[in-house]
Amino acid sequence: MPFIPHTDDDVTAMLAAIGVTSLDKLFEEIPAELRIAGLDAVGPALSEAEISRLMQRRARADGEPLCFIGAGAYDHYVPAAVWDIATRGEFYSAYTPYQAEASQGTLQVIYEFQTMLASLTGLDVSNASLYDGATAFAEACLMAVRANRRNKSRKILVARSLSPVYREVAAGMLKGQGITLVELPLQDGCCDLAALQSLGGDYAAVAVQQPSFLGTLEQVDHITDWAHANNALMIGVVNPTSLALLKPPGQWGSNGADIACGEGQPLGVPLSAGGPYIGFMVCAAAVVRQMPGRIVGRTVDIDGKPGFTLTLQAREQHIRRSRATSNICTNQGLVATAATIYMALMGATGLREVARSCNANTGSLVAALTALPGVAPAFGQPYFHEAALRLDRPVGPVLDALSKQGVLGGFDLSRDYPELGHTLLVCATETRGTEDIKAYASVMSDVFGVAA
Amino acid sequence: MTEQLIFEYRSAGRKGFAPIAAGEPNLPADFLRQDDPLLPTASELDVVRHYTRLSQLNFSIDTHFYPLGSCTMKYNPRVCNRLAMLPQFLARHPLAAVEHGQGFMQTLYELQQMLEVATGMNAVSLTPMAGAQGEFAGVAMIRAYHDARGDTERRQIIVPDAAHGTNPATATMCGCDVVEVPTRADGDLDIDKLRAVVGPQTAGIMLTNPSTLGVFERQIKEIATLVHDAGGLLYYDGANLNAILGKTAPGAMGFDVVHVNLHKTFSTPHGGGGPGSGAVGVGAKLRPFLPIPYVMHDTKGGYYWATEATCPQSIGRLSAFMGNAGVLLRAYVYMRMLGSKGMQRVSDFSVLNANYLMVRLQEAGFTLAYPERRASHEFVVSLKQITRDTGVTAMDFAKALLDHGFHAPTTYFPLLVPECLLIEPTESESRQTLDAFVHAMADIRQQAYDDADAVKQAPLNMPVRRLDDVRAAKQPDLTWKRD
Repeated sequence: MPFIPHTDDDVTAMLAAIGVTSLDKLFEEIPAELRIAGLDAVGPALSEAEISRLMQRRARADGEPLCFIGAGAYDHYVPAAVWDIATRGEFYSAYTPYQAEASQGTLQVIYEFQTMLASLTGLDVSNASLYDGATAFAEACLMAVRANRRNKSRKILVARSLSPVYREVAAGMLKGQGITLVELPLQDGCCDLAALQSLGGDYAAVAVQQPSFLGTLEQVDHITDWAHANNALMIGVVNPTSLALLKPPGQWGSNGADIACGEGQPLGVPLSAGGPYIGFMVCAAAVVRQMPGRIVGRTVDIDGKPGFTLTLQAREQHIRRSRATSNICTNQGLVATAATIYMALMGATGLREVARSCNANTGSLVAALTALPGVAPAFGQPYFHEAALRLDRPVGPVLDALSKQGVLGGFDLSRDYPELGHTLLVCATETRGTEDIKAYASVMSDVFGVAA
Repeated sequence: MTEQLIFEYRSAGRKGFAPIAAGEPNLPADFLRQDDPLLPTASELDVVRHYTRLSQLNFSIDTHFYPLGSCTMKYNPRVCNRLAMLPQFLARHPLAAVEHGQGFMQTLYELQQMLEVATGMNAVSLTPMAGAQGEFAGVAMIRAYHDARGDTERRQIIVPDAAHGTNPATATMCGCDVVEVPTRADGDLDIDKLRAVVGPQTAGIMLTNPSTLGVFERQIKEIATLVHDAGGLLYYDGANLNAILGKTAPGAMGFDVVHVNLHKTFSTPHGGGGPGSGAVGVGAKLRPFLPIPYVMHDTKGGYYWATEATCPQSIGRLSAFMGNAGVLLRAYVYMRMLGSKGMQRVSDFSVLNANYLMVRLQEAGFTLAYPERRASHEFVVSLKQITRDTGVTAMDFAKALLDHGFHAPTTYFPLLVPECLLIEPTESESRQTLDAFVHAMADIRQQAYDDADAVKQAPLNMPVRRLDDVRAAKQPDLTWKRD
């Protein structure tokens, strides 16, 4: 029997100890009318060898296309040590560290994770993770509404250049509590600062993504100061790789952003078809009591020896129930462990090299593609590791043709940003070098040649 | 036994990574950061040793028995991890064209179908990333259903007093009011109290069955009729699905929506706190509102995603992409290896183990919270008498068990049983392990009566002793700072 150790003798002895004659008697409290006939539709069991063969076949069928899509998930190199260590049974099969004395490993990893994220973002306190970038953004909006004492508004001003799917997820999570997102319009791929100037000040928070979903760099200092001048908190959605190079949210404007959040996937987490990834959230000390999710603190034991424990739990659902800051319980602990190991291996120098390489490779990609007639940069803005290109024809058919030749050419912006016309978002990380870029440009010129 | 912080492996200039092809960045100076983030400077071997040593400070299923009630800490088969981490699955971009994902999507489609069978529901979406997000999706769907019918005043969610904290917290996140209904002394819901609170304001009720008290709610049919007759819907919290797999199903009990914790019943790892997966299943009424994306199939187009375009009434997206895909692959492998018979054995043997352990502990002198009831896959012991006699509490027992090499059961939950332990052995454990646990419990009980102070000293053999939680909260030290 897979994964069940009982012998026939065990079963006989255990039933006798309980005082019943059959396993089925153990279910006698379930009313007969509710019993089902079984789960035949699930089908017969496969052996480990059979399931291995099946899964390998399916994985191979999906091929290994050359990927230039970013749009919120980035193909960075993940050193072998990261997941080799993270999937050790002692991390992989441990529970949430509620019994601190039996969980010092996990707790110390999270404390180190919190330290690294706080330092990367330039803010004071990180939590132990949220689900992903989208839900981290939604939680940041909810947190800002609770935390803003000077402005009781239930509106959040959100950049149109912030990820459309993050805005969609957040709108869904905020709706029940009557909190709405108001859009700050786009001007040449960035927030429209003139429009910002003309807006009134009735927002609980202002949210901007840096680099933006469109790859561009926003005037975050100006926007942060505007938010604070208008009694709004400032939320920065950030890419952790970029923070090795770019000014961190804690240093934006005169006083820094209040909350930073985002997708931690670039920190050693494979693309993995969309998850598990890791949402992160870091905030200024002043608003920590409104932060959702678990937080680890360092303290001492009764002998005065340092140790780690979950703390500030009076914010959480298992204590506060209907008055908790969020319903989150399970988070992305194992992914946080992997991200911590990744950051430990890379250090500030390694992460900066990755960031520089991404920026340079995307620059080369943009140069190679815009050399083709019919492809031009969409905006006149600096970008980090993604750039929008304007094509002289619809993007969908171009991507389909590229895909047939084994190239995933980027993300079609025309559904989310129809006002931009035929616009394609491309990304080249440090793993897409000169040869890959040449290959893409060559397939692209075929596609354009054939289509033209 | 302790391990220094990774930041203390300090050697300026030491690196843990292979050189990266450098490129010249092109970024305006006023966007750049001036300071270095505080990240470690350690060699690869430093890093490997550090995190390997830290791992050794943990209890885990792979090293210890973990009878943690309501958490279903069963064995996590290694093959599930290996197959979910096949290189092509790891390399797949979530926005890659579907023609480069048919194998992956077929797997998710079949997982949806298996979960439909196991829950007795009509349709499943795999996108929620944890149980609490599954709950959010469920209550959001219940609201959307009422709103779509113009029935907009239904804002109350009923929860039993024994419910997980996530239930009332979820109701609040969805903008609903929480109404709590008490449990009777026999462990079933007080149905007269329920009758008194249902009405035109009732959006729905959230129930776990078997409940967190470790007993099957015998009046569930009556409860379903009562709530449905009042116009409300029934939400099934799947935390305890392990106890009923193949015996009964939420669909058969009258539930309209269910979430399944794949990291409990379907054996994906807890990972020190996650990732989980809270797949949701719905009956016919809620099907139009199911969160997207989920996988659809037709013979011409193969496997494709349900989106805003195909599901205009959907409550929308809950994640940037499609949830915790890697967790879903692990659950799929596990379920295929069990097959229909193996899934029924899960409930058979998890319930056998719980009832055996319950009887043996009762023989050893422990008081059961619900002695007249059959255990589901878990049961509640109350230490109230021992605490009264000796001063040794459930917390002291938990810490003493650690010294005996057992992870503690869930303590002080459910909230309505004083000094309680909620014990769930799961089907993975052998009779020998269960017997050893009984011996440890009996030893601690004896020691409580002989030398209570000694029990209160526990743990003595762990990496740290009892921690000062008050200091942790009053003088928060949440990040390391360079001296």
